Amino acid sequence: MARTELEYAPAPESRSIVDIRASYGLFVGGEFVDGHGSSFKTVNPATEEVLAEVAEADERDVDLAVKAARRAYDRVWSRMPGAERAKYLFRIARIIAERSRELAVLESIDNGKPIREARDVDVPIVAAHFFYYAGWADKLKHSGYGETPLGVAAQVIPWNFPLMMLAWKVAPALACGNTVVLKPAETTPLTALLFAEICQQAELPPGVVNIVTGAGATGQALVGHPDVDKVAFTGSTEVGKAIARTVAGTDKRLTLELGGKAANIVFDDAPLDQAVEGVVNGIFFNQGHVCCAGSRLLVQESVAEEVLHRLKRRMATLRVGDPLDKNTDVGAINSPEQLARIRELSAAGEAEGAERWTAPCQLPDTGWWFAPTLFTDVTQAHRIAREEIFGPVLSVLTFRTPAEAVAKANNTPYGLSAGIWSDKGSRILQVASQLRAGVVWANTFNQFDPTSPFGGYKESGQGREGGRHGLEAYLR
Amino acid sequence: MTPSPTGTRADVRKTYKLYIGGAFPRSESGHTYEAVDAKGRFLANAALASRKDARDAVVAARGAFGGWSGRTAYNRGQVVYRVAEVLEDRRAQFVEAVQRSEGVSARQASATVDASVDRLVWYAGWADKVDQVVGGSNPVAGPYFNLTAPEPTGVVAVLAPQASSLLGLVSVVAPVIVTGNTAVVVSSFRRPLPAVTFGEVLATSDVPGGVVNLLTGDATSIGPWLAAHMDVNAIDLAGLAGDAVLSAQHEVAAADNLKRVVRAPAAEPDWAAEPPLTAMTAFLETKTVWHPRGI
Repeated sequence: MARTELEYAPAPESRSIVDIRASYGLFVGGEFVDGHGSSFKTVNPATEEVLAEVAEADERDVDLAVKAARRAYDRVWSRMPGAERAKYLFRIARIIAERSRELAVLESIDNGKPIREARDVDVPIVAAHFFYYAGWADKLKHSGYGETPLGVAAQVIPWNFPLMMLAWKVAPALACGNTVVLKPAETTPLTALLFAEICQQAELPPGVVNIVTGAGATGQALVGHPDVDKVAFTGSTEVGKAIARTVAGTDKRLTLELGGKAANIVFDDAPLDQAVEGVVNGIFFNQGHVCCAGSRLLVQESVAEEVLHRLKRRMATLRVGDPLDKNTDVGAINSPEQLARIRELSAAGEAEGAERWTAPCQLPDTGWWFAPTLFTDVTQAHRIAREEIFGPVLSVLTFRTPAEAVAKANNTPYGLSAGIWSDKGSRILQVASQLRAGVVWANTFNQFDPTSPFGGYKESGQGREGGRHGLEAYLR
Repeated sequence: MTPSPTGTRADVRKTYKLYIGGAFPRSESGHTYEAVDAKGRFLANAALASRKDARDAVVAARGAFGGWSGRTAYNRGQVVYRVAEVLEDRRAQFVEAVQRSEGVSARQASATVDASVDRLVWYAGWADKVDQVVGGSNPVAGPYFNLTAPEPTGVVAVLAPQASSLLGLVSVVAPVIVTGNTAVVVSSFRRPLPAVTFGEVLATSDVPGGVVNLLTGDATSIGPWLAAHMDVNAIDLAGLAGDAVLSAQHEVAAADNLKRVVRAPAAEPDWAAEPPLTAMTAFLETKTVWHPRGI
């Protein structure tokens, strides 16, 4: 095949724009402070290079952060008129835009995602999210959810969209007058710590945003802290359930944004090239480290062969490699633990009888990588059709009738997102209404916007982030 | 009972049964318990629902969900309004039932029944309005149509209030079903009889079988099974008001499949107050649909 025609010269983004310190403390009360616990290393998943030493917050550190948040809540932030709070959030939105290239490069280095995505998707959404919620701060009486903040919000976010998840948590909380203690994921703390500097530049009152780095124990200490009024978590369903048990019997409010196993349904009347682009974007965007990834392709039997043919042809053109190369489509797997999980589930797919096909591509020698992969002959009983892989692995199933497609799509304890590809409007609307998922993308996939509520049905979570609906989690 | 001395007629008494899937079965366990009035006098033997009855009720509720949630909002509003009509029609019967169960005066019982009918009418009107109040279009920054609308969460377990045997019951059941969910309800333990008679109202009000399933019995023994049931989507713990420990245990069990939980209040609220919107939205999911615009 004529792959040589598609070869691109490397187009690396310079990393000189970012200045990564050798070590980072915690951000508490408006300042960087040393933690009482040990420290951990954050690593570039594309090179295995240690980027920095980061403090691991222990219970005492978490307590100090919550106290700082409480103080800021009582003395400053909850008393400040909404119009004034808004201006701080607008400042933050503007500084994020000003420092967007720096944030994008740092995100790419710490996470492994392609610079093209960090630059064109993550960071613009982050700035837009702060800008959107800034405007709500002085209009809460029109929200329909009251206008009284809850207090101190404990927020725990994942490693797949480190800065975007921070924005989804912090912006609405602050707009509503809450203060926050945020724990970024242990493998991707750096952009959150850069965000702390942005808060300093914006002269956000000390203690309104506090950032405690660490792993599971830090998160547990935070969500279990008795002086926290609100817990917001994005991550795995397993941890989400544990958090739900932790807050049971308390007055803490809880929102959860958890796992998914989304169906992307391609009907026989779909525009196939567009559908294939959407399917590729749906599963290979961000290496498939996406809770709403379209990880189950349901394709109508009459077009299955054609769709698979075009899909493999398209997958063969995906460029896997250096995340900082502006031509890269698929970057590095975030951690060796995640790579092991993807490998384990893919092996289970083969062992259970599904047929594996891997896109031909050269993987770098260092770092953690997984080539874009698809499985055919998948049944609903296979683990790769039931469990969230959270990697660049697509399971293909077929169907004959719309009713069968809907039944298969809904045959999961998850319910975060779904996709529909068809040229028939009435069919799209009917199927969209029958899918038990919080976000349905029709003839598109993986679209996000600050005004659009995002969140799941069933075990994919509780509550919504984004839009007016996103205010509910932070008001009473 | 003593035979009537001089030809006065012995009344025909009702067997108080469960209401599951549109039918009135006895408890599969064969157990009953004595329902007594406020002064401790025997009223009737009520069915003591078992965990298997609860499971049967969940199956019935799940079976009814597709059809009920698929009805038009206008139609659901009409059906709930019809429940109000039939309840009003049986007003005298319910005044007596509330009076005897709750030990209140005839006047208070009348007011309670009136409020229950009015509550149903209030909720009936919400059926085709709540979508517009809580949903809407989202002005996304791109060429996309983007619409958010609420949808029912599914099967809702309801532990009905212990004190308010009719108004409390109606106030926790109506918001669940008017929004398209189906319900498995555990009545007040000590005051179960109005719930059974309310089941008869539902059965004659065009409410499809399985949409509301009523179990009489002890919420503290059936509740944990419903809280842990993997095919129940949400649970209202109103009936555990004042029992923080038990409420927390139910909430822990509910985390097994991340049910939406309405926690038990510290004390049973005044059901006469107008309900907040959250009485309905607690059992609604939010769905957002995107589609590109273009020619």
